[in-house]
Amino acid sequence: MLKLYEAQLTSRLLLGTARYPSPAILTAAVRASGAQVVTVSLRRESAGERAGQGFWSIVQNWVRDLGVRVLPNTAGCHSVKEAVTTAHMGREVFNTSWVKLEVIGEDDTLQPDVFGLAEAARILCAEGFAVFPYTTEDLIVAERLLEAGCRVLMPWGSPIGSGRGLNNLFGLKALRARYPEVPLVVDAGIGVPSHAAQALELGFDAVLINTAVSQARDPIAMAGAFAQAVIAGRAAYRAGPMEPRELAAPSTPLIGQAFLP
Amino acid sequence: MRILVNGASREVRAADLSAALEELGYGGAVIATAVNGEFVPAAERGAARLAEDDELEVLASMQGG
Repeated sequence: MLKLYEAQLTSRLLLGTARYPSPAILTAAVRASGAQVVTVSLRRESAGERAGQGFWSIVQNWVRDLGVRVLPNTAGCHSVKEAVTTAHMGREVFNTSWVKLEVIGEDDTLQPDVFGLAEAARILCAEGFAVFPYTTEDLIVAERLLEAGCRVLMPWGSPIGSGRGLNNLFGLKALRARYPEVPLVVDAGIGVPSHAAQALELGFDAVLINTAVSQARDPIAMAGAFAQAVIAGRAAYRAGPMEPRELAAPSTPLIGQAFLP
Repeated sequence: MRILVNGASREVRAADLSAALEELGYGGAVIATAVNGEFVPAAERGAARLAEDDELEVLASMQGG
């Protein structure tokens, strides 16, 4: 059972909702993924098109039919003020105190501005938000986020949308070892199910996937593949993986082998 | 008065944010609003007076990662 703030979850796969070919495929992918948490965003609404109203009713259907929880993000925010204002707006529109906090520092890597992130986290935690900070594997940043009041951390695997998997294994392992009791969700850069399985095998509590599913040729099938990978990874972690070795160790016993010169 | 709505220049007669949103065609929509970069909660829209050249952002739910 995965516990993120007050939510008790059975699925360790969180799903982003961006860049799908169509709303129908998105809905089917959410269903196929088994995800119980989906991220959403806020964008300008046109009075004429009212696209946001359409998406809002789709989201409400998921909440009603699938029991998913909504996690609004502050995607695209570069400053503390922008992120905090966006969080306030997300809380009002989505009626939740959950927020995936992104304070972006640089547009090629979309890496977090960790200083702004810690400051925004401090402000939002004090206001009662349940903050899910999108961060790096940096241990000191993690410490500041926890001091600010975050009870979940979301370290990146690799840059958003890059599909490169877990880039800094040493750093991620160090983060996992430093905070064994903190729910850690690997978010960003996962490309294929084996990346997700690897994250779970390393002891991470969950993964958040978006582009790897939405930009697959068959997003619905890929969502199902990720669901299986996360289950396998977690089961492997619980089963206690073997220790790797430098050199071979025969698996078939030598005793009783025939002498056949 | 002329204000910016989501970056586009618009003419509104209404003096407060709530009435302006109705006038602009947002009536009944699930939205969040900010004026000049400051969040205006729904409950405070009626009391929020608009001024010439104010910048209004009207946001709603969208897909996101």
